[in-house]
Amino acid sequence: MIIQALTFYLFALTAIAAGVMVISARNPVHSVLFLILAFFNSAGLFVLIGAEFIAMILVIVYVGAVAVLFLFVVMMLDINFSELREGFLQYLPIGALVGIILAAELILIFGGWVINPDAAQIIAAPSAAPSEITNTHALGRLIYTQYIYLFQASGLVLLIAMIGAIVLTLRSRPSVRRQRIAEQVSRPVEDVIEIKDVPTGSGI
Amino acid sequence: MAEFWTIYAWPTLWIIIKILFIVVPLLIAVAYLTYAERKVIGFMQLRMGPNVVGPFGLLQPFADGLKLMAKEAIIPTRSNRVVFLLAPMLTFTLGLIGWAVIPVADGWVLSDINVGILYLFAVSSLGVYGIIMAGWASNSIYPFLGALRSAAQMVSYEVSIGFVIVTVLLATGSLNLSDIVLAQQGLWFFIPLFPMFVIFFISGLAETNRAPFDLPEAEAELVSGYNVEYSAMAFALFFLGEYANMILMSAMTVILFLGGWLPPFDIAPFNWLPGIIWFSLKVSFVLFVFLWVRATLPRYRYDQLMRLGWKVFLPFSLLWVVVTAGAIVAFDWFPT
Repeated sequence: MIIQALTFYLFALTAIAAGVMVISARNPVHSVLFLILAFFNSAGLFVLIGAEFIAMILVIVYVGAVAVLFLFVVMMLDINFSELREGFLQYLPIGALVGIILAAELILIFGGWVINPDAAQIIAAPSAAPSEITNTHALGRLIYTQYIYLFQASGLVLLIAMIGAIVLTLRSRPSVRRQRIAEQVSRPVEDVIEIKDVPTGSGI
Repeated sequence: MAEFWTIYAWPTLWIIIKILFIVVPLLIAVAYLTYAERKVIGFMQLRMGPNVVGPFGLLQPFADGLKLMAKEAIIPTRSNRVVFLLAPMLTFTLGLIGWAVIPVADGWVLSDINVGILYLFAVSSLGVYGIIMAGWASNSIYPFLGALRSAAQMVSYEVSIGFVIVTVLLATGSLNLSDIVLAQQGLWFFIPLFPMFVIFFISGLAETNRAPFDLPEAEAELVSGYNVEYSAMAFALFFLGEYANMILMSAMTVILFLGGWLPPFDIAPFNWLPGIIWFSLKVSFVLFVFLWVRATLPRYRYDQLMRLGWKVFLPFSLLWVVVTAGAIVAFDWFPT
Protein backbone atom coordinates (compact mmCIF):
# COMPACT_ATOMS: atom_id res chain seq x y z
CA MET A 1 0.00 0.00 0.00
CA ILE A 2 1.20 3.45 -0.92
CA ILE A 3 0.63 5.00 2.51
CA GLN A 4 2.81 2.36 4.14
CA ALA A 5 5.59 3.06 1.66
CA LEU A 6 5.31 6.79 2.24
CA THR A 7 5.43 6.38 6.02
CA PHE A 8 8.40 4.06 5.67
CA TYR A 9 10.32 6.68 3.71
CA LEU A 10 9.25 9.38 6.17
CA PHE A 11 10.47 7.40 9.18
CA ALA A 12 13.62 6.16 7.48
CA LEU A 13 14.65 9.57 6.16
CA THR A 14 13.94 11.26 9.49
CA ALA A 15 15.91 8.57 11.32
CA ILE A 16 18.91 9.02 9.04
CA ALA A 17 18.72 12.82 9.17
CA ALA A 18 18.45 12.70 12.96
CA GLY A 19 21.40 10.31 13.08
CA VAL A 20 23.49 12.72 11.04
CA MET A 21 22.45 15.57 13.31
CA VAL A 22 23.48 13.56 16.38
CA ILE A 23 27.11 13.68 15.29
CA SER A 24 27.05 17.10 13.66
CA ALA A 25 25.04 19.20 16.12
CA ARG A 26 27.18 21.80 17.89
CA ASN A 27 25.43 21.50 21.22
CA PRO A 28 25.64 18.08 22.95
CA VAL A 29 22.15 18.51 24.41
CA HIS A 30 20.81 18.95 20.88
CA SER A 31 22.70 15.79 19.91
CA VAL A 32 20.88 13.82 22.60
CA LEU A 33 17.53 15.28 21.52
CA PHE A 34 18.24 14.21 17.94
CA LEU A 35 19.21 10.79 19.22
CA ILE A 36 15.78 10.57 20.84
CA LEU A 37 14.19 11.55 17.52
CA ALA A 38 16.17 8.76 15.84
CA PHE A 39 14.94 6.24 18.45
CA PHE A 40 11.38 7.35 17.81
CA ASN A 41 11.65 6.88 14.10
CA SER A 42 13.19 3.44 14.55
CA ALA A 43 10.20 2.58 16.75
CA GLY A 44 7.98 3.76 13.92
CA LEU A 45 9.83 1.44 11.52
CA PHE A 46 9.29 -1.48 13.90
CA VAL A 47 5.56 -0.70 13.97
CA LEU A 48 5.54 -0.73 10.17
CA ILE A 49 6.95 -4.27 10.00
CA GLY A 50 4.36 -5.39 12.57
CA ALA A 51 6.66 -5.67 15.59
CA GLU A 52 4.61 -3.42 17.85
CA PHE A 53 5.89 -4.97 21.06
CA ILE A 54 9.53 -4.26 20.21
CA ALA A 55 8.57 -0.76 19.08
CA MET A 56 6.96 0.03 22.42
CA ILE A 57 9.81 -1.52 24.39
CA LEU A 58 12.25 0.58 22.36
CA VAL A 59 10.39 3.73 23.31
CA ILE A 60 10.00 2.75 26.97
CA VAL A 61 13.54 1.55 27.57
CA TYR A 62 15.63 3.78 25.32
CA VAL A 63 13.60 6.96 25.13
CA GLY A 64 11.87 6.74 28.50
CA ALA A 65 14.82 5.68 30.63
CA VAL A 66 18.25 5.52 28.97
CA ALA A 67 18.01 8.79 27.05
CA VAL A 68 16.66 10.60 30.12
CA LEU A 69 19.79 9.63 32.06
CA PHE A 70 21.89 10.56 29.05
CA LEU A 71 20.30 13.98 28.88
CA PHE A 72 20.66 14.30 32.64
CA VAL A 73 24.41 13.69 32.45
CA VAL A 74 25.01 15.83 29.36
CA MET A 75 23.16 18.77 30.91
CA MET A 76 25.17 18.51 34.11
CA LEU A 77 28.51 18.47 32.30
CA ASP A 78 30.24 21.76 31.80
CA ILE A 79 31.43 21.29 28.24
CA ASN A 80 33.67 23.64 26.36
CA PHE A 81 32.21 23.55 22.86
CA SER A 82 35.17 25.03 21.01
CA GLU A 83 37.54 22.50 22.58
CA LEU A 84 35.17 19.75 21.50
CA ARG A 85 35.34 21.01 17.90
CA GLU A 86 39.13 20.91 17.85
CA GLY A 87 39.23 17.20 18.59
CA PHE A 88 37.00 16.46 15.61
CA LEU A 89 39.72 16.13 12.96
CA GLN A 90 41.90 14.12 15.30
CA TYR A 91 39.27 11.40 15.70
CA LEU A 92 38.04 11.53 12.11
CA PRO A 93 40.34 8.76 10.76
CA ILE A 94 39.36 6.29 13.48
CA GLY A 95 35.68 7.09 13.09
CA ALA A 96 35.91 6.75 9.32
CA LEU A 97 37.70 3.41 9.70
CA VAL A 98 34.96 2.02 11.97
CA GLY A 99 32.32 3.29 9.54
CA ILE A 100 34.03 1.72 6.55
CA ILE A 101 34.37 -1.64 8.29
CA LEU A 102 30.66 -1.63 9.23
CA ALA A 103 29.65 -0.66 5.70
CA ALA A 104 31.88 -3.37 4.21
CA GLU A 105 30.35 -6.02 6.47
CA LEU A 106 26.81 -4.98 5.57
CA ILE A 107 27.68 -4.99 1.88
CA LEU A 108 29.19 -8.48 2.25
CA ILE A 109 26.05 -9.83 3.91
CA PHE A 110 23.53 -8.33 1.53
CA GLY A 111 25.77 -8.94 -1.46
CA GLY A 112 25.97 -12.60 -0.41
CA TRP A 113 22.19 -12.82 -0.46
CA VAL A 114 22.10 -11.42 -3.96
CA ILE A 115 24.79 -13.77 -5.28
CA ASN A 116 23.42 -16.85 -3.54
CA PRO A 117 19.64 -16.60 -2.96
CA ASP A 118 19.67 -19.84 -0.93
CA ALA A 119 21.70 -18.12 1.79
CA ALA A 120 18.81 -15.78 2.53
CA GLN A 121 16.63 -18.82 3.23
CA ILE A 122 18.80 -20.19 6.02
CA ILE A 123 18.91 -17.02 8.12
CA ALA A 124 17.52 -17.51 11.58
CA ALA A 125 13.90 -18.57 11.44
CA PRO A 126 13.50 -20.16 14.86
CA SER A 127 9.81 -20.82 14.51
CA ALA A 128 7.15 -20.52 11.89
CA ALA A 129 5.76 -17.03 11.50
CA PRO A 130 2.83 -16.82 13.91
CA SER A 131 -0.43 -15.95 12.26
CA GLU A 132 -3.12 -16.26 14.89
CA ILE A 133 -1.30 -14.95 17.98
CA THR A 134 0.01 -11.45 18.65
CA ASN A 135 3.74 -10.93 18.41
CA THR A 136 3.93 -10.36 22.17
CA HIS A 137 2.70 -13.91 22.71
CA ALA A 138 5.04 -15.20 20.00
CA LEU A 139 8.06 -13.52 21.58
CA GLY A 140 7.09 -14.77 25.02
CA ARG A 141 6.79 -18.37 23.83
CA LEU A 142 10.11 -18.19 22.04
CA ILE A 143 12.10 -16.53 24.83
CA TYR A 144 10.68 -18.45 27.76
CA THR A 145 10.68 -21.90 26.18
CA GLN A 146 13.23 -22.30 23.42
CA TYR A 147 15.80 -19.75 24.58
CA ILE A 148 15.24 -19.84 28.32
CA TYR A 149 18.88 -20.61 29.18
CA LEU A 150 20.26 -17.84 26.99
CA PHE A 151 17.64 -15.51 28.45
CA GLN A 152 18.67 -16.40 32.00
CA ALA A 153 22.35 -16.03 31.09
CA SER A 154 21.78 -12.52 29.73
CA GLY A 155 19.89 -11.73 32.93
CA LEU A 156 22.91 -12.89 34.94
CA VAL A 157 25.22 -10.70 32.88
CA LEU A 158 23.02 -7.71 33.61
CA LEU A 159 22.89 -8.60 37.30
CA ILE A 160 26.68 -8.74 37.47
CA ALA A 161 26.94 -5.41 35.65
CA MET A 162 24.50 -3.89 38.12
CA ILE A 163 26.38 -5.20 41.15
CA GLY A 164 29.61 -3.93 39.61
CA ALA A 165 28.19 -0.46 39.14
CA ILE A 166 26.95 -0.39 42.73
CA VAL A 167 30.30 -1.60 44.10
CA LEU A 168 32.15 1.05 42.08
CA THR A 169 30.02 3.95 43.23
CA LEU A 170 29.02 3.00 46.75
CA ARG A 171 31.16 4.54 49.46
CA SER A 172 30.20 4.63 53.09
CA ARG A 173 30.73 8.00 54.69
CA PRO A 174 30.61 7.67 58.47
CA SER A 175 30.57 11.43 58.98
CA VAL A 176 27.19 11.85 57.31
CA ARG A 177 24.24 11.93 59.65
CA ARG A 178 21.50 9.67 58.42
CA GLN A 179 17.83 9.50 59.13
CA ARG A 180 16.98 6.31 61.00
CA ILE A 181 13.48 5.56 59.89
CA ALA A 182 12.97 2.58 62.22
CA GLU A 183 13.87 4.64 65.29
CA GLN A 184 11.51 7.41 64.30
CA VAL A 185 8.65 5.08 63.56
CA SER A 186 9.07 3.18 66.82
CA ARG A 187 8.74 6.29 69.00
CA PRO A 188 5.58 6.20 71.15
CA VAL A 189 2.88 8.52 69.81
CA GLU A 190 2.38 10.44 73.05
CA ASP A 191 6.02 11.59 73.09
CA VAL A 192 5.80 13.09 69.66
CA ILE A 193 2.46 14.63 68.90
CA GLU A 194 -0.43 16.06 70.77
CA ILE A 195 -3.82 15.68 69.17
CA LYS A 196 -6.22 18.58 69.67
CA ASP A 197 -9.87 18.46 68.75
CA VAL A 198 -10.37 21.72 66.89
CA PRO A 199 -13.92 22.81 66.14
CA THR A 200 -14.39 23.60 62.44
CA GLY A 201 -13.95 27.24 61.53
CA SER A 202 -12.57 28.52 64.83
CA GLY A 203 -8.91 27.52 64.92
CA ILE A 204 -6.87 26.99 68.07
CA MET B 1 -10.55 9.64 -8.14
CA ALA B 2 -13.49 7.87 -6.52
CA GLU B 3 -11.00 5.38 -5.13
CA PHE B 4 -9.00 8.20 -3.60
CA TRP B 5 -12.07 9.35 -1.70
CA THR B 6 -13.18 5.93 -0.44
CA ILE B 7 -9.76 4.62 0.51
CA TYR B 8 -7.92 7.69 1.77
CA ALA B 9 -9.96 10.83 2.20
CA TRP B 10 -13.06 9.61 4.06
CA PRO B 11 -11.22 7.40 6.58
CA THR B 12 -8.84 10.25 7.32
CA LEU B 13 -11.71 12.68 7.77
CA TRP B 14 -13.54 10.16 9.96
CA ILE B 15 -10.44 9.72 12.15
CA ILE B 16 -10.09 13.50 12.49
CA ILE B 17 -13.73 13.75 13.58
CA LYS B 18 -13.15 11.00 16.15
CA ILE B 19 -10.04 12.76 17.41
CA LEU B 20 -12.06 15.96 17.86
CA PHE B 21 -14.67 13.99 19.80
CA ILE B 22 -11.92 12.92 22.20
CA VAL B 23 -9.86 16.10 22.41
CA VAL B 24 -12.64 18.68 22.81
CA PRO B 25 -14.29 16.98 25.82
CA LEU B 26 -10.83 16.36 27.23
CA LEU B 27 -9.90 20.04 27.05
CA ILE B 28 -13.21 21.02 28.65
CA ALA B 29 -12.52 18.43 31.35
CA VAL B 30 -9.07 19.96 31.89
CA ALA B 31 -10.61 23.43 32.21
CA TYR B 32 -13.11 22.22 34.77
CA LEU B 33 -10.49 20.17 36.58
CA THR B 34 -8.63 23.40 37.37
CA TYR B 35 -11.93 24.88 38.56
CA ALA B 36 -12.72 21.77 40.62
CA GLU B 37 -9.25 21.84 42.13
CA ARG B 38 -9.66 25.41 43.34
CA LYS B 39 -13.20 24.77 44.57
CA VAL B 40 -12.43 21.49 46.36
CA ILE B 41 -9.27 22.77 48.02
CA GLY B 42 -11.11 25.99 48.85
CA PHE B 43 -13.88 24.16 50.66
CA MET B 44 -11.39 21.89 52.44
CA GLN B 45 -9.60 25.01 53.68
CA LEU B 46 -12.85 26.79 54.59
CA ARG B 47 -12.61 29.26 51.71
CA MET B 48 -15.06 29.88 48.90
CA GLY B 49 -12.78 29.27 45.92
CA PRO B 50 -13.54 31.09 42.66
CA ASN B 51 -17.10 32.44 42.83
CA VAL B 52 -17.13 35.73 40.92
CA VAL B 53 -16.94 34.98 37.20
CA GLY B 54 -20.27 33.49 36.15
CA PRO B 55 -22.65 31.53 38.40
CA PHE B 56 -20.61 29.83 41.18
CA GLY B 57 -17.51 31.01 39.33
CA LEU B 58 -18.17 28.43 36.61
CA LEU B 59 -16.66 30.63 33.89
CA GLN B 60 -13.42 31.13 35.84
CA PRO B 61 -11.33 28.65 33.76
CA PHE B 62 -12.26 30.48 30.56
CA ALA B 63 -11.43 33.83 32.11
CA ASP B 64 -8.04 32.40 33.11
CA GLY B 65 -7.47 31.04 29.62
CA LEU B 66 -8.37 34.36 28.03
CA LYS B 67 -6.06 36.19 30.40
CA LEU B 68 -3.15 33.89 29.55
CA MET B 69 -3.79 34.30 25.82
CA ALA B 70 -3.76 38.09 26.11
CA LYS B 71 -0.46 38.20 28.02
CA GLU B 72 2.89 38.89 26.50
CA ALA B 73 4.97 35.86 25.57
CA ILE B 74 8.44 36.40 27.01
CA ILE B 75 11.43 34.42 25.80
CA PRO B 76 14.52 35.01 27.95
CA THR B 77 17.47 36.24 25.90
CA ARG B 78 19.91 33.70 27.32
CA SER B 79 17.55 30.81 26.70
CA ASN B 80 17.78 28.24 23.95
CA ARG B 81 14.83 29.44 21.87
CA VAL B 82 13.89 26.32 19.94
CA VAL B 83 14.06 23.95 22.89
CA PHE B 84 12.41 26.56 25.09
CA LEU B 85 9.36 26.68 22.83
CA LEU B 86 9.43 22.96 22.05
CA ALA B 87 9.12 21.93 25.72
CA PRO B 88 5.56 23.19 26.43
CA MET B 89 4.33 21.89 23.08
CA LEU B 90 5.78 18.47 23.89
CA THR B 91 4.14 18.39 27.32
CA PHE B 92 0.79 19.34 25.85
CA THR B 93 1.03 16.85 22.97
CA LEU B 94 2.02 14.01 25.28
CA GLY B 95 -0.93 14.86 27.51
CA LEU B 96 -3.24 14.33 24.55
CA ILE B 97 -1.80 11.41 22.55
CA GLY B 98 -2.23 8.91 25.37
CA TRP B 99 -5.97 9.19 24.89
CA ALA B 100 -5.73 7.50 21.49
CA VAL B 101 -5.82 4.07 23.15
CA ILE B 102 -8.10 4.71 26.16
CA PRO B 103 -11.36 2.77 25.84
CA VAL B 104 -13.99 5.06 27.40
CA ALA B 105 -16.79 2.55 26.83
CA ASP B 106 -17.19 -0.85 25.19
CA GLY B 107 -15.63 -0.38 21.75
CA TRP B 108 -15.36 3.41 22.10
CA VAL B 109 -11.70 3.75 21.42
CA LEU B 110 -9.80 5.54 18.68
CA SER B 111 -7.18 2.83 18.18
CA ASP B 112 -7.63 -0.55 19.84
CA ILE B 113 -4.00 -1.66 19.59
CA ASN B 114 -2.58 -4.93 20.93
CA VAL B 115 0.01 -3.27 23.13
CA GLY B 116 -2.21 -0.49 24.48
CA ILE B 117 -0.89 -0.63 28.02
CA LEU B 118 2.72 -0.45 26.84
CA TYR B 119 1.82 2.52 24.68
CA LEU B 120 0.33 4.29 27.71
CA PHE B 121 3.39 3.43 29.78
CA ALA B 122 5.64 4.81 27.04
CA VAL B 123 3.64 8.03 26.77
CA SER B 124 3.61 8.59 30.52
CA SER B 125 7.36 7.94 30.72
CA LEU B 126 7.97 10.52 27.99
CA GLY B 127 6.34 13.23 30.08
CA VAL B 128 9.68 13.90 31.74
CA TYR B 129 11.11 15.37 28.52
CA GLY B 130 8.87 18.41 28.52
CA ILE B 131 10.03 19.26 32.02
CA ILE B 132 13.72 18.53 31.60
CA MET B 133 13.87 20.42 28.29
CA ALA B 134 12.09 23.41 29.81
CA GLY B 135 14.45 23.41 32.77
CA TRP B 136 17.56 23.27 30.63
CA ALA B 137 16.45 25.70 27.91
CA SER B 138 15.44 28.38 30.42
CA ASN B 139 19.12 28.73 31.36
CA SER B 140 18.19 29.65 34.89
CA ILE B 141 18.88 28.03 38.25
CA TYR B 142 15.40 27.36 39.63
CA PRO B 143 14.00 25.75 36.49
CA PHE B 144 17.12 23.63 36.15
CA LEU B 145 16.91 22.35 39.72
CA GLY B 146 13.23 21.58 39.21
CA ALA B 147 13.99 19.73 36.00
CA LEU B 148 16.73 17.60 37.59
CA ARG B 149 14.49 16.68 40.49
CA SER B 150 11.71 15.80 38.17
CA ALA B 151 13.89 13.62 35.94
CA ALA B 152 15.14 11.57 38.88
CA GLN B 153 11.69 11.34 40.41
CA MET B 154 9.85 10.24 37.29
CA VAL B 155 12.45 7.65 36.33
CA SER B 156 12.34 6.19 39.86
CA TYR B 157 8.58 5.84 40.06
CA GLU B 158 8.26 4.50 36.54
CA VAL B 159 10.01 1.35 37.72
CA SER B 160 7.34 0.50 40.27
CA ILE B 161 4.57 1.48 37.83
CA GLY B 162 6.13 -1.01 35.42
CA PHE B 163 5.92 -3.80 37.99
CA VAL B 164 2.32 -2.89 38.85
CA ILE B 165 1.45 -3.13 35.17
CA VAL B 166 3.17 -6.53 35.01
CA THR B 167 0.97 -7.84 37.85
CA VAL B 168 -2.17 -6.65 36.12
CA LEU B 169 -0.98 -8.26 32.91
CA LEU B 170 -0.38 -11.54 34.75
CA ALA B 171 -3.97 -11.44 35.92
CA THR B 172 -5.29 -10.52 32.47
CA GLY B 173 -3.13 -12.32 29.95
CA SER B 174 -3.37 -9.48 27.44
CA LEU B 175 -1.84 -6.08 26.80
CA ASN B 176 -4.97 -4.76 25.15
CA LEU B 177 -6.78 -2.22 27.33
CA SER B 178 -10.26 -3.40 26.36
CA ASP B 179 -9.30 -6.96 27.29
CA ILE B 180 -7.96 -5.71 30.62
CA VAL B 181 -11.31 -4.08 31.40
CA LEU B 182 -13.32 -7.09 30.24
CA ALA B 183 -11.19 -9.37 32.45
CA GLN B 184 -12.52 -7.44 35.46
CA GLN B 185 -16.13 -8.45 34.95
CA GLY B 186 -17.35 -9.68 38.31
CA LEU B 187 -14.26 -8.67 40.27
CA TRP B 188 -12.42 -5.40 39.81
CA PHE B 189 -8.69 -5.80 40.18
CA PHE B 190 -8.38 -3.40 43.08
CA ILE B 191 -9.74 -6.13 45.37
CA PRO B 192 -7.34 -9.01 44.62
CA LEU B 193 -4.43 -6.66 43.85
CA PHE B 194 -5.14 -4.07 46.51
CA PRO B 195 -1.49 -3.38 47.51
CA MET B 196 -0.60 -2.81 43.86
CA PHE B 197 -3.56 -0.46 43.52
CA VAL B 198 -2.21 1.67 46.36
CA ILE B 199 1.31 1.63 44.92
CA PHE B 200 0.02 2.54 41.48
CA PHE B 201 -1.99 5.45 42.80
CA ILE B 202 0.92 6.85 44.81
CA SER B 203 3.35 6.33 41.93
CA GLY B 204 0.81 8.07 39.71
CA LEU B 205 0.96 11.08 42.01
CA ALA B 206 4.74 11.09 41.70
CA GLU B 207 4.66 10.52 37.95
CA THR B 208 2.34 13.49 37.37
CA ASN B 209 4.36 15.65 39.83
CA ARG B 210 1.39 16.18 42.08
CA ALA B 211 1.38 16.95 45.79
CA PRO B 212 2.79 15.49 48.02
CA PHE B 213 5.46 14.79 45.37
CA ASP B 214 5.36 18.16 43.60
CA LEU B 215 9.07 18.77 44.24
CA PRO B 216 9.79 19.84 40.65
CA GLU B 217 7.67 22.92 41.19
CA ALA B 218 7.91 23.26 44.98
CA GLU B 219 6.85 26.90 45.15
CA ALA B 220 8.30 27.36 48.61
CA GLU B 221 11.89 26.59 47.60
CA LEU B 222 12.09 26.69 43.81
CA VAL B 223 9.67 29.58 43.20
CA SER B 224 7.70 27.50 40.73
CA GLY B 225 10.31 25.08 39.46
CA TYR B 226 10.70 24.32 35.78
CA ASN B 227 8.11 26.81 34.51
CA VAL B 228 9.43 29.95 36.21
CA GLU B 229 10.55 31.54 32.94
CA TYR B 230 7.38 30.78 31.02
CA SER B 231 4.54 33.20 30.41
CA ALA B 232 1.36 33.49 28.38
CA MET B 233 0.43 30.57 26.09
CA ALA B 234 3.65 28.63 26.69
CA PHE B 235 2.77 28.52 30.38
CA ALA B 236 -0.84 27.68 29.53
CA LEU B 237 0.33 24.71 27.43
CA PHE B 238 2.35 23.39 30.39
CA PHE B 239 -0.65 23.82 32.61
CA LEU B 240 -3.03 22.10 30.21
CA GLY B 241 -0.55 19.30 29.55
CA GLU B 242 -0.06 18.64 33.24
CA TYR B 243 -3.75 18.47 33.97
CA ALA B 244 -4.38 16.32 30.88
CA ASN B 245 -1.67 14.01 32.22
CA MET B 246 -3.46 13.88 35.56
CA ILE B 247 -6.68 12.84 33.85
CA LEU B 248 -4.75 10.29 31.79
CA MET B 249 -3.19 8.81 34.91
CA SER B 250 -6.64 8.62 36.55
CA ALA B 251 -8.02 6.92 33.45
CA MET B 252 -5.15 4.41 33.65
CA THR B 253 -5.99 3.73 37.31
CA VAL B 254 -9.63 3.23 36.39
CA ILE B 255 -8.84 0.87 33.51
CA LEU B 256 -6.26 -1.19 35.40
CA PHE B 257 -7.98 -1.46 38.76
CA LEU B 258 -11.48 0.02 38.87
CA GLY B 259 -13.10 -1.89 36.04
CA GLY B 260 -13.06 0.76 33.30
CA TRP B 261 -16.55 1.33 31.95
CA LEU B 262 -18.10 -1.62 33.83
CA PRO B 263 -20.85 -0.89 36.37
CA PRO B 264 -20.08 -1.98 39.95
CA PHE B 265 -22.83 -4.64 39.87
CA ASP B 266 -24.25 -6.01 36.67
CA ILE B 267 -27.86 -5.75 37.88
CA ALA B 268 -30.84 -3.55 37.07
CA PRO B 269 -30.34 0.01 38.30
CA PHE B 270 -26.58 -0.01 37.73
CA ASN B 271 -26.38 -1.28 34.17
CA TRP B 272 -28.98 1.24 32.95
CA LEU B 273 -26.28 3.89 32.85
CA PRO B 274 -24.10 3.71 29.72
CA GLY B 275 -20.42 2.75 30.09
CA ILE B 276 -19.10 6.23 29.37
CA ILE B 277 -20.98 7.62 32.39
CA TRP B 278 -19.47 5.00 34.70
CA PHE B 279 -16.05 5.65 33.23
CA SER B 280 -16.35 9.41 33.76
CA LEU B 281 -17.68 8.94 37.29
CA LYS B 282 -14.76 6.71 38.23
CA VAL B 283 -12.21 9.05 36.66
CA SER B 284 -13.80 11.97 38.53
CA PHE B 285 -13.56 10.03 41.76
CA VAL B 286 -9.85 9.29 41.27
CA LEU B 287 -9.25 12.94 40.36
CA PHE B 288 -11.08 14.00 43.51
CA VAL B 289 -8.68 11.85 45.52
CA PHE B 290 -5.77 13.57 43.71
CA LEU B 291 -7.12 16.94 44.88
CA TRP B 292 -7.96 15.64 48.34
CA VAL B 293 -4.38 14.43 48.77
CA ARG B 294 -3.07 17.83 47.70
CA ALA B 295 -5.22 19.64 50.26
CA THR B 296 -4.27 17.21 53.05
CA LEU B 297 -0.63 16.20 52.91
CA PRO B 298 2.56 18.25 53.27
CA ARG B 299 5.25 17.96 50.62
CA TYR B 300 7.75 15.09 50.84
CA ARG B 301 11.40 15.79 51.45
CA TYR B 302 13.52 14.82 48.47
CA ASP B 303 15.52 12.02 50.13
CA GLN B 304 12.31 10.58 51.58
CA LEU B 305 10.82 10.59 48.12
CA MET B 306 13.75 8.61 46.74
CA ARG B 307 13.68 6.22 49.70
CA LEU B 308 9.98 5.55 49.19
CA GLY B 309 10.46 4.89 45.50
CA TRP B 310 13.56 2.70 45.58
CA LYS B 311 13.59 1.10 49.02
CA VAL B 312 9.88 0.59 49.67
CA PHE B 313 7.88 0.46 46.45
CA LEU B 314 10.42 -1.26 44.21
CA PRO B 315 11.13 -4.29 46.46
CA PHE B 316 7.51 -4.61 47.46
CA SER B 317 6.14 -4.48 43.94
CA LEU B 318 8.80 -6.93 42.79
CA LEU B 319 7.79 -9.28 45.59
CA TRP B 320 4.14 -8.91 44.70
CA VAL B 321 4.83 -9.77 41.05
CA VAL B 322 6.42 -13.02 42.27
CA VAL B 323 3.53 -13.69 44.68
CA THR B 324 0.92 -13.08 42.00
CA ALA B 325 2.73 -15.22 39.46
CA GLY B 326 3.18 -17.97 42.08
CA ALA B 327 -0.50 -17.86 43.03
CA ILE B 328 -1.56 -18.05 39.39
CA VAL B 329 0.65 -21.09 38.80
CA ALA B 330 -0.16 -22.81 42.10
CA PHE B 331 -3.94 -22.49 41.92
CA ASP B 332 -4.10 -22.76 38.14
CA TRP B 333 -5.79 -19.36 37.77
CA PHE B 334 -4.44 -18.79 34.30
CA PRO B 335 -6.43 -16.15 32.48
CA THR B 336 -8.07 -17.57 29.40
